[in-house]
Amino acid sequence: MINTRSVHQNRKLLVAALLITGLAAAPAVLAKGGTLVYCSEGSPEGFQPQFFTTGTTFDAVSVPMFNRLVEFETGTTNIVPALAESWTVSADGKTYTFKLRKGVKFHSNANFKPTRDFNSDDVLFSWNRMADDNHPFHKVTAGQTFAYYDDMGMKNIVDSVQKVDDYTIRFNLKRPEAPFLADMAMDFASILSKEYFETMQKKGTPNAADVYPIGTGPFEFVSYQKDATIRYKAFDQYWGGRPKIDNLVYSITRDATARYAKLKTGECQVMAFPKPADLDEMKKDPQLNVLQKEGLNIGYIAFNVEKKPFDDKRVRQALNYATNKDAIMKAVYQGNGQVAKNPIPPILWSYNNSVKDYPYDPAKAKELLTQAGFPNGFEVELWYLPVTRPYNPDGKRMAEMIQADWEKVGVKTKLTTYEWAEYRKRSKGGEHTVVMFGWSGDNGDPDNFFVPLLGCEAVKGGGNSARWCNKAFEDLIIKAAQTPKQADRAKLYEQAQVIVKEEAPWITVAHSIRFDPVRKEVKGYKMDATAHHYFDKTEVQPSPQ
Amino acid sequence: MLAFLFRRVSLIVPTFIGVTLLAFALIHLIPGDPVENISGERGMDPARRERLLREFGLDRPLPVQYVDYVANVLKGDLGTSLTTHEPVLDEFTTLFPATVELAFFAMLLATIVGLPAGIIAALKRNTVADYAVMGVSLTGYSMPIFWWALLLILFFSVQLGWTPVSGRIAVEYDVPALTGFMLIDTLRAGDASAFRSALSHLILPSIALGTIPLAVIARMTRSAMLEVLREDYMRTARAKGLPQWRVVLVHALRNALIPVITVIGLQVGLLLSGAILTETIFSWPGVGNWLVHGVQSRDYPVVQGGILLVATIVITVNLIVDLTYGVVNPRIRHA
Repeated sequence: MINTRSVHQNRKLLVAALLITGLAAAPAVLAKGGTLVYCSEGSPEGFQPQFFTTGTTFDAVSVPMFNRLVEFETGTTNIVPALAESWTVSADGKTYTFKLRKGVKFHSNANFKPTRDFNSDDVLFSWNRMADDNHPFHKVTAGQTFAYYDDMGMKNIVDSVQKVDDYTIRFNLKRPEAPFLADMAMDFASILSKEYFETMQKKGTPNAADVYPIGTGPFEFVSYQKDATIRYKAFDQYWGGRPKIDNLVYSITRDATARYAKLKTGECQVMAFPKPADLDEMKKDPQLNVLQKEGLNIGYIAFNVEKKPFDDKRVRQALNYATNKDAIMKAVYQGNGQVAKNPIPPILWSYNNSVKDYPYDPAKAKELLTQAGFPNGFEVELWYLPVTRPYNPDGKRMAEMIQADWEKVGVKTKLTTYEWAEYRKRSKGGEHTVVMFGWSGDNGDPDNFFVPLLGCEAVKGGGNSARWCNKAFEDLIIKAAQTPKQADRAKLYEQAQVIVKEEAPWITVAHSIRFDPVRKEVKGYKMDATAHHYFDKTEVQPSPQ
Repeated sequence: MLAFLFRRVSLIVPTFIGVTLLAFALIHLIPGDPVENISGERGMDPARRERLLREFGLDRPLPVQYVDYVANVLKGDLGTSLTTHEPVLDEFTTLFPATVELAFFAMLLATIVGLPAGIIAALKRNTVADYAVMGVSLTGYSMPIFWWALLLILFFSVQLGWTPVSGRIAVEYDVPALTGFMLIDTLRAGDASAFRSALSHLILPSIALGTIPLAVIARMTRSAMLEVLREDYMRTARAKGLPQWRVVLVHALRNALIPVITVIGLQVGLLLSGAILTETIFSWPGVGNWLVHGVQSRDYPVVQGGILLVATIVITVNLIVDLTYGVVNPRIRHA
């Protein structure tokens, strides 16, 4: 889960913005030559891809400046060669051998000029630095942890990494793990320069290598003014072809209304995370293109099956029948989403389209509740999201609609919420009865939805907020993770989705659509599937005046 | 004078203890913790959670954490940020000049406009000018900063295109931060257009931040002036045949300034708190913006250290103000 910044909006602010922006006719300011300015939503926590977990940091670090062995094709979750030109997987699914690309150059800076191209030593270094507690560079930056590596449970997956020759590297896994390749395309698996770290160590400042980034990516680091601007320049020797723009600037603008204003005045050409309330107006603006893409996400309501009456499947099914999702889609998502019937979105492979969703049927709900011994319903507490999330623009409104729906079948719902961090903490501790939640996928592998959200292990860590542990389902997803072929895995996940629907630990509510507003002069910008922002193929063409 | 100074300074000690205690208690009272902030929607294995809490030093009882914190502060160590792992003091000193620059211009604006407005209102008491000044300043005083700031952006930047929306300088200028004061740095770099850009970026945030102090100063000046104008020595001054400007500026204003200076001093605290909202909306890379983010990410050392440093500044400024009275009006010089 990429921890995108929460966009908790002040209502007054929103109203004011709505009132005023309607009047605006923006003066067009041309972008300078080959410079693209991106209004980002926050400051990176640092310039090192292995330490951090937020999408904001990845956007500023691993995306422009680093590469992985394999990467996601921009716009899809297809895995394509990057620093590895090809790879083979052993028959038992436990050995991955990568053939590395030759002639890949690292960036340079005032303290470091690379003397050699990228090779398998760099891969070995980057990985072992995270994996091995005794690695000389494991602890050079005090207080830092390899959070994503830990989060993804890599210690239990990878046994060892082995250099076969300068351009061949082998990962030996502890168990067959089909999602491994997708994991290797994730930001934390970015490849660092071993030579750079060693150079900095010789100079007596090994941790400087964690502060001033050197990668192989399309853009080189120029400067960072804290909380204000990050500057990059095109890397002439980029193995994937020099970017079309010369300079890339991130203008850090935390307020969504200010980002929109800057986009309008041409102070930036692309903006991150528009406010849902601004979208209609943006779409009408002739100077803007509002790009959109189906999100790799799910918004859901989870029933805590450890608590009565939700230990009874019929009750869970009844409330599924009692919820009018079409109405929620109209009122809450306002057309920017689609009703979810599975825990994974339809853009993800293995999506089971033959699963039949529970239709809105209060009579059927009432019948099931009567069977379960609740002819007059019961009282329940529903926790709703206190913040806007990519998968849910308005948790409170959604909760109110559900409350009204459930009232009709006799279920009296009390709405509760907490401050966002507290909300997560409490729900991970299992304090809730019914909780509203959601997820944005990290890597486009179905495993990345099923295991952290519905797997038995995830009950312990609290990611499984239904606290639902079903043997048949668990067997399927474990088997799928150990099955090498995607087509075979897809069949197993399809069956797993049937079980989820029948057992109803969740109400699968919606998959939302994401938006990236860009100015008309921006060409060749493609939205990414995992919500990153890539500019290596983007151009800025001054519009004719 | 020395006795006064000693009394005044000794009062600072309990104030500091209060500030550290308050900052510490408040940030720990906010729900959530820095570890939860890392994990987002993802679950976190209880063992890993405990390990991280231990690493952050948050597994110890609160009183122990507090005593430890104060002990480190006394050694000059404000800790390191839990998000960036940079020393809090370094982050503060990097960002503080931006806040000072903004606050200085806001105050300058408030004083330059507020003082004459107050004087005029007092001299033209119960006329249209008086009502106008008082009406406008009351409106300014009641305006929520974030709303006023957005209004300014949407009108002057988006609608008219006169000023930039946000930031400290246009992105085409990459001025090395030598002093951290953008105006000084651009001047040192000898780049006139960069200087103009930096200046134009200051206009709206200064107005947004300066509006409330401006209103306060105008109203305070007016009432202080009115009081002084009634004094006997004013009649004497006029009777002596002094010119009107001399009567107003030397005899009236100098005496009226005392409460006004107090108010200006108090505004420093207000400016720094107003900067939090102003900086957030104008993406101004100062300590206000930084503190907001620190609170959001439960970065305890940043919030505690930031509040302590800001409080130190407010306390110092108030001390200086107390000492300035004597300079302005010899009658209050401390024996």
